[in-house]
Amino acid sequence: MTMIPERTMPAPIVDSVNAPFWQAASESVLMIKRCKACGEAHWYPRPFCPHCGSDDTDWVPASGSGTIYSFTVTRKAGPVPYVLAYVTLDEGVTMLTNLVGAEMEALHIGQRVQVSYAQAEGGGAVPVFTPTVST
Amino acid sequence: MTTIKRKACIAGAWEHPLRKAPDKTTAQLHYECARGALADAGLEFKDVDGYFCAGDAPGFGMLSMVDYLGLSVRHVDSTETGGSSYLIHVSHAAQAIAAGHCNVALITLAGRPRSEAASGVASAAKPNVPEVPFEAPYAPVTLNAYALAAMRHMHEFGTTAEQLAWIKVAASHHAQHNPRAMLREVVTVEDVLASPLVSDPLHKLDCCVVSDGGGALVVVRPEIARSLKRPLVSVLGAGEAVKGQGGGRVDLTYSGTAWSAPKAFEEAGVSPQDIRYASIYDSFTITVLMQLEDLGFCAKGEGGRFVADGNLIAGVGRLPVNTDGGGLCNNHPSNRGGITKVIEAVRQLRGEAHPKVQVPGCELALVNGTGGMLGTRHGSATLILGRE
Repeated sequence: MTMIPERTMPAPIVDSVNAPFWQAASESVLMIKRCKACGEAHWYPRPFCPHCGSDDTDWVPASGSGTIYSFTVTRKAGPVPYVLAYVTLDEGVTMLTNLVGAEMEALHIGQRVQVSYAQAEGGGAVPVFTPTVST
Repeated sequence: MTTIKRKACIAGAWEHPLRKAPDKTTAQLHYECARGALADAGLEFKDVDGYFCAGDAPGFGMLSMVDYLGLSVRHVDSTETGGSSYLIHVSHAAQAIAAGHCNVALITLAGRPRSEAASGVASAAKPNVPEVPFEAPYAPVTLNAYALAAMRHMHEFGTTAEQLAWIKVAASHHAQHNPRAMLREVVTVEDVLASPLVSDPLHKLDCCVVSDGGGALVVVRPEIARSLKRPLVSVLGAGEAVKGQGGGRVDLTYSGTAWSAPKAFEEAGVSPQDIRYASIYDSFTITVLMQLEDLGFCAKGEGGRFVADGNLIAGVGRLPVNTDGGGLCNNHPSNRGGITKVIEAVRQLRGEAHPKVQVPGCELALVNGTGGMLGTRHGSATLILGRE
């Protein structure tokens, strides 16, 4: 069994729209966007709702719990292997992410995961996910 | 509804013979492809009044290339949907010709990723791209964005690595007859599975080659095509689509082809059972499998069984696919396989494919392309072409 190697994350790209997301991440809170007009959550966060077009959206904290939708151990595209994944949050949106803190061979689709925060260059924090049960 | 059915013909098609071109510039390769396709059609640069290019065109793209090539055009289109762009260009050229906006449309693709060591695994972390802040930290590259779709397909439908490998095996059987193909050695399912895992579940041999080169097409008004000496290849139907993440409602079990294909079949008035040859974009083996399902050649989830046991090999299986060896074995100029897919379909319809892989009496062919990244956001385009 091989643990997923640790990898330095690049510094978050912060702009006027996504600044609240990265501020919350540095405080270990995963934020998503929810539309006040149609009630739907969306990912990745935008200053409007891609489901209905309204610009009346709120940042809301997510539980940080989710399920692996798909994943791949990428072995030949960086200095160390890493695990790219889609995680479906309990709030219903599916986000691209990395899986960390687990044995590569034990990962499987449908596994429950919980958010954690990887330190990034320059001191920021990037949400990543770790299986809650190592089965 | 207006239709493009039989409103335009592909009169010229030319594939650059080089697979490595360290001593040529990208713009020069575009020129050589344009010259080749025009000569194939029996036309000259001065006949061109419409021009189409995509993201591989250097400099200011359309503006640089029209000026560089010395064209005098009254219709231009630089639709950019990655490797599928050139299929959409054929469709848009047919629309423009049907609307009277041009008579002779030139489409070019060229690039040198092999000489420039740009294998398509570099992360595209450009500024001002809305998804990049939320994705770049996780290092999605072309390779693993397709692997995510392959992994989910296996989970949902029980597709196996052996079944995916059959797609490479078929490509290699065709490439052995193509003297210009980069990989001409016939491989087995075992060879594919024994090659290193690069991004689970994709092995090295599940991936296309990286090559320099290019290609060009000339799409013309039917009256002009009939005055030329080449066999008549008509555009019968086309469809295009863009599929993304749906605002967080990600579903990797199907591609945009599920949307582009029905439009093309409806316009052409034919069904998948009528198709005698198919060029299917093969950036990776999984790309082919998902497109075959979404095109309706088999039911969703049945792609693994459909491609197994040589079913895509000319003279062996039910549906010959990519008889030039495709991107998996022949070439993948500019990391974009769309134009070479159209070119091989034109060869099949003209009866000019290699005799070992020529489909006898091939009168109806399909070309399908995806571009961008299957696992995040991609374009899809479907073309149905017929020999008159």
